[in-house]
Amino acid sequence: MGTRDPLLKMLGVCKEFPGVKALNHVDFELRHGEIHAVCGENGAGKSTLIKVLTGVEIHDSGEIILEGRPIRPRTPMEAPALGISTVYQEVNLCPNLSVAENIFVGREPMRGGKIDWDDVNRRSAEALARLNVKLDVTARLDEYSVAIQQMVAIARALDISAKILVLDEPTSSLNKTEVANLFRVMRKLKSAGIGIIFITHFLEQVYEITDRITILRNGQLVGQFETASLDRLQLIAKMIGKDLEEFEKGIKESLSDTASAETEGVYYRATQLGQLGSINPFDISIGKGEVMGLAGLLGSGRTESARVIFGIDAPDSGDVSVNGESVSIRKPADAIRLGFGFCSENRKTEGIVANLTIRENIVLALQGKRGLLAFLTRKEQEEIADKYVKLLNIVTPSIEQLVGNLSGGNQQKVLLARWLATDPELLILDEPTRGIDIGAKAEVQKLVLQLSGEGKAVLLISSELDEMVRCCSRMAVYKDKHKIGELRNKEISELNVMKTIAGGLN
Amino acid sequence: MKSLQINSKFIPLLITIALFGGLFVAGSVSYRGFFSMQVVLNLLVDNSFLIIVALSQALIIIMGGIDLSCGALIALSSMVVAYSMSHLNFHPALAILAVLGVCSLFGFIQGWLITYQKFQPFISTLCGMFIARGMCFMINQDTVPITDPFFMTMATTRIKLMPGAVISTSVLVALAILAIYIYIAHFTRFGRAVYAIGGNEQSARLMGLPVDRTKVMAYTLSGFTSGLAGIVFCFYMLSAYGLNAMALEMDAIAAAVIGGTLMTGGVGYVIGAVFGVMIEGIMQTLITFQGDLNSWWTRIAIAFLLCVFIVVQRILVLKRESRKVMRPVEFLD
Repeated sequence: MGTRDPLLKMLGVCKEFPGVKALNHVDFELRHGEIHAVCGENGAGKSTLIKVLTGVEIHDSGEIILEGRPIRPRTPMEAPALGISTVYQEVNLCPNLSVAENIFVGREPMRGGKIDWDDVNRRSAEALARLNVKLDVTARLDEYSVAIQQMVAIARALDISAKILVLDEPTSSLNKTEVANLFRVMRKLKSAGIGIIFITHFLEQVYEITDRITILRNGQLVGQFETASLDRLQLIAKMIGKDLEEFEKGIKESLSDTASAETEGVYYRATQLGQLGSINPFDISIGKGEVMGLAGLLGSGRTESARVIFGIDAPDSGDVSVNGESVSIRKPADAIRLGFGFCSENRKTEGIVANLTIRENIVLALQGKRGLLAFLTRKEQEEIADKYVKLLNIVTPSIEQLVGNLSGGNQQKVLLARWLATDPELLILDEPTRGIDIGAKAEVQKLVLQLSGEGKAVLLISSELDEMVRCCSRMAVYKDKHKIGELRNKEISELNVMKTIAGGLN
Repeated sequence: MKSLQINSKFIPLLITIALFGGLFVAGSVSYRGFFSMQVVLNLLVDNSFLIIVALSQALIIIMGGIDLSCGALIALSSMVVAYSMSHLNFHPALAILAVLGVCSLFGFIQGWLITYQKFQPFISTLCGMFIARGMCFMINQDTVPITDPFFMTMATTRIKLMPGAVISTSVLVALAILAIYIYIAHFTRFGRAVYAIGGNEQSARLMGLPVDRTKVMAYTLSGFTSGLAGIVFCFYMLSAYGLNAMALEMDAIAAAVIGGTLMTGGVGYVIGAVFGVMIEGIMQTLITFQGDLNSWWTRIAIAFLLCVFIVVQRILVLKRESRKVMRPVEFLD
């Protein structure tokens, strides 16, 4: 066994998309009977690596070697034939067909010119029994939970003869018992010699089930490690690209020390706010003039928290008060009426309207807040737009320019302007500086501190820890969909955030 | 427990069959002479061509598509048959083969446009409908009678099932097509791929199913079946005219929906479409027996029925979605 070739080797794989090197000479190795985690933050290249392996994308250069033979899957249909199957978080099966059919559709056993349904059902039951699952295979797939649908997808993959099973975020929508069941199946497959690539945002799951970890960052390989010999702090540091020693001696250099926390009292307070399946109940309070950070790795629950606070996802538990008065926020309109603003992390899909002008984009939220009857005149609109274009240094020939024609940084500023125009009491900024240049970044950060100086409450989420440390006066730390701690003032440092994530909630 | 669960798949179909039974009982109670085998069989005799296109329509809708061209294709098919025999002296066998070929090609082109040129099924088959209607009048603007002995025989032959219960040859053809469609839908890989595409086309693709080929084949089959329905229509009418079978595609769609096929695709049974046609037919019969009602009341009644069926389906779907408790699963260890 020890001398056997690895099951899969990827050597020097490169993939470039317009303007970005998604994979830059990445190596990867998967052994027989191994569960291998691929970890990385936003833009690390995890999904591109998987796409290249499963034929969704074709790599520009480099080699993929499966059991000693070079392969080059070109379509998602080719990979399964080679023995590489993927099970996604969003199960890719047909909900309207029976469980058995989902395992056999397209390759049903025929007898006498007819599909042999008895055989389909019997063999499906056997395939599921191999995963220790017993159910009525003639029932429609959507009569079973997502966890079971995943099992069905795995059963199909194995029945087509998978050598490599890619599990892409399979646990995101599963509860504890379901995760335990999935892990039992994974261990069973592992002992049968199947190589499993496991992608997850849940750090503890990485430690519970995997043998090795490959870490990627910005499209480059950080390294491949034995899970047992890499502690959590090191893993986190490597994922976000920080050198541990540097922090041990480093001192916190914060802009926000000038803005003292909680001086003017609490503006927003929530107790046991949560939504089943996306974020576990958490307590949080935000003071006037405070910049509260939501820190954590990608998928830790920080964005989910912000969405629940703003009512984009209606919370199913918890009490909320604003200025000491109990309120109910079930939808964004509720939050906007109370004076909240929300800049989404998905600028393109949930933020700007690319084919409207700067002026139209800026007045959108204000008009929404005032209602359609209190129409803003053209003149008022122009005044507002002019004011924010100047205030935020939006670089454009005219306020009638289409927002789609602006650079990323200027689009972000337009989005900010939209919410600033509503004069919000609480502004939620999710990744406000992602993908914009350094100059624009500094301006946005300055603006955040300026807002807090005016007594506004700000909720900031950013993948860039140094930005968070610089801006926040208090920070809630998230991990695996739980809020696990809070840091304030002098406690706030990149090292402490990482330590909290590494230590909390085991 | 188990039998109850399996029944849930069949609920829309069972409702349709129960409704047909109910209408028949209501008619029998209200009108003298309604309660007879022949009344039911006449529904088949008078609607065999509609049954045939309703079957192909149901399969297309299950795939998530729609075929608006089938009514016009019936007109075109019967026109080609009548004209080629009367004016071009085609042998009836040759005329039939030619028509099936033309209609299959028609369906193939529509399917090709939908699959590879990303036409909306609605638009592609709407164009098909217009072209087929137009072509009828290119061929001949008047009624073309059919005098061919084979067609005369087919039209007039009656098969006696029992005393006082006869059917026409068209009914046999329709029943044969029904058997073939049940076989295609439930016992072939092609048929199951149709259901899979209707359920989730993206998934079907990722599962490695031949999605494109299946779609083109399904529309080709639909064209072929419409051609066949046109020939059966000739048996029924013994003539061809360009305005025949107007809006018949809408009756076919209504029959499929009343028969429990979801317009969103993925759900339904082809046999449901047969009962859908029978329900449309029995309403017509009821109104005829009533005597003093305008026959257009049938349309209003069918519209009403359609609404009821959509509501029933919606309730069933909502029930499925709101069901928090999933089916039980055992874990063996």
